[in-house]
Amino acid sequence: MSLQLNDLSLRVDAVVHLDGVSARFERGRLTTVIGRTLAGKTTLMRGIAGLQRLDRGALQLDGRNFSALPAWRRDIAMVYQQFINYPHLNVFENVAFPLRRKGLSDAAIGKRVRGVLDKVGLGGFDARRPAQLSGGQQQRVALARALAREAGILMLDEPLVNLDYKLREQLRGEFRSLLADQTDTIVLYNTTEPAEAMLLGDAVLVMHEGRILQAGTPPDVFDRPAFMQVAAVVNDPPMNFIQGRKQAHGIELTGGVRIGLPAHLSRLATGDYWFGIRASELRFGSNCLNGRVTFSEVSGSETFLYVDTVAGALTAQVEGVHIHALGDSVSIDIPADRLFAFEIGGSCCLVGAPATGAQA
Amino acid sequence: MTGFFTFLKYLAIALWSAFVVTPFLWALTTSFKTANGITGGPTYLPWLQYEPSLNGWKSLFGAGGGIDIVAPYIDSLIVTGSASLISIVLGTLAAYGLSRFTYRAGFVKNEDLIFFFISQRIMPPIVLAIPFFLMLKWLDLLDSKLGLILVYVALLLPIAVWIMVDFFNNVPRQIDEMAMLDGCTPIEAFLRVVLPNSLPGIIVAGMFCLIFGWNDFFFAFTLTFTDTQLLPVAVVALNSSVTPWWSLSASALISVAPLLLVAFVVERFLSRGNLAGAIR
Repeated sequence: MSLQLNDLSLRVDAVVHLDGVSARFERGRLTTVIGRTLAGKTTLMRGIAGLQRLDRGALQLDGRNFSALPAWRRDIAMVYQQFINYPHLNVFENVAFPLRRKGLSDAAIGKRVRGVLDKVGLGGFDARRPAQLSGGQQQRVALARALAREAGILMLDEPLVNLDYKLREQLRGEFRSLLADQTDTIVLYNTTEPAEAMLLGDAVLVMHEGRILQAGTPPDVFDRPAFMQVAAVVNDPPMNFIQGRKQAHGIELTGGVRIGLPAHLSRLATGDYWFGIRASELRFGSNCLNGRVTFSEVSGSETFLYVDTVAGALTAQVEGVHIHALGDSVSIDIPADRLFAFEIGGSCCLVGAPATGAQA
Repeated sequence: MTGFFTFLKYLAIALWSAFVVTPFLWALTTSFKTANGITGGPTYLPWLQYEPSLNGWKSLFGAGGGIDIVAPYIDSLIVTGSASLISIVLGTLAAYGLSRFTYRAGFVKNEDLIFFFISQRIMPPIVLAIPFFLMLKWLDLLDSKLGLILVYVALLLPIAVWIMVDFFNNVPRQIDEMAMLDGCTPIEAFLRVVLPNSLPGIIVAGMFCLIFGWNDFFFAFTLTFTDTQLLPVAVVALNSSVTPWWSLSASALISVAPLLLVAFVVERFLSRGNLAGAIR
């Protein structure tokens, strides 16, 4: 039981929205689709839902092509980024709306709606209008309506992005357990946040400029990002990239800084590469990359430092509170054994990754 | 400070109310006066300041060389009501199409179609008098209610389309989409979801149509003669060498009554059913 996408493409005027997207989604699994804004995530969902006509491509559910079906006959449930509810209907009728269209009996509708509303924590809110609810509650109504459908495909398009931080964390947890119950459903979940993608997804799909760059389990994608763009998108803050040259016995970074050759990159051909290092793996050190602080923020237990070095601008995420004034000189240590290496030019694909599990 | 502003607010409201209501009161007192009551400075209180009389009102029902207002009144209700209803139904459908779907015929796009509708109201109505006359003559609909209804629909439809396009553009498109995902065909999405949320817009457009249609004198005057006569035209016949202010006041009050009635009935729908909570 699966959803198969074949070569979905859409170009509007000169702008490419989808470029040959093919993928397969299994029933009972949640796939997060991560990518920057305008990567084509929303267009992909709208295409699958039938809200957006595509230039070409085929959609198959369990082997049956449904590309020609209109949106109202596809049986796909969706939760929008904006909190979309029917303003003229109360909470109960909002959730009941799709069930009434299906012609279910009043008794069946009542039972199912109450059950779902209890699950999303809105029991007793039946008679309220959406306008009388908070943002988080409105999005719960939208989720309840989608869940009540018991549709074969459930899509959520950045459902938490319009909520404040605290509520987002809370709802992310709730969504996780609610979606885990959907054992018979294909769930797609769009997000721009690496944490959300990794935490919720059984599988992760990375999109960039209308194409799927990588598909895999969260650890696959996180530990072995196939392309630089993937590495940038699945890390928060984005991975640092420094251009450098691999030599016989070391690596010379832009600006002339030399570091030792780690074992995992020793078989790399001599030449120029992009070297990637996660912000969380940069340390203060001595005798290493010197730079000046351009911006610094402390988030309780961690300090984020933006440092201008001869090798380029770097972002460092350091444990503990470190107070730095703008323009302070700092020395950043680059742990060679944590370096990723990507090709320069072409597709910027991964050519070397550190061993997993040994992360500090 | 806030007390002072509240005072100013109520003062402004009171002044405005007086401004709006005084003409009605003036017309009301005048409608019960005679020629004697009208001359010699303003008077307000019946029996004390002037001797009230029902002549003004009676003259609307054929007494004392007056007119018979009943037939034109009914004709006006039929013509304005039908034309407004047709305009609202067609205009709402057209506006929804223009708001949600993209049309293109050569260089003509949605905005051009909308402008075409508005442009119907840009030219002065007098330009249309002769074409309408000839068309109705050709259709054999001169001096008929049906002919006037057709003309009024042509005049009111642009207003309805214009107001409703703007209104639908402010109803989030995602609501229609959600309805379609929830199993509605496009027309069901329109009827079940978009329309109930557009009630205030429909009421505003409907009121505009009623007011425009009800108040029209020019086309009612040029396109009808004897068989059909609308209220604004009939009232003119009251005028004679001595202006009968009492009759005119009575006819003004009785003319404005249906619009007032409709306004009171629909007023409560205007504040309700707004789109808050549809999208954030």
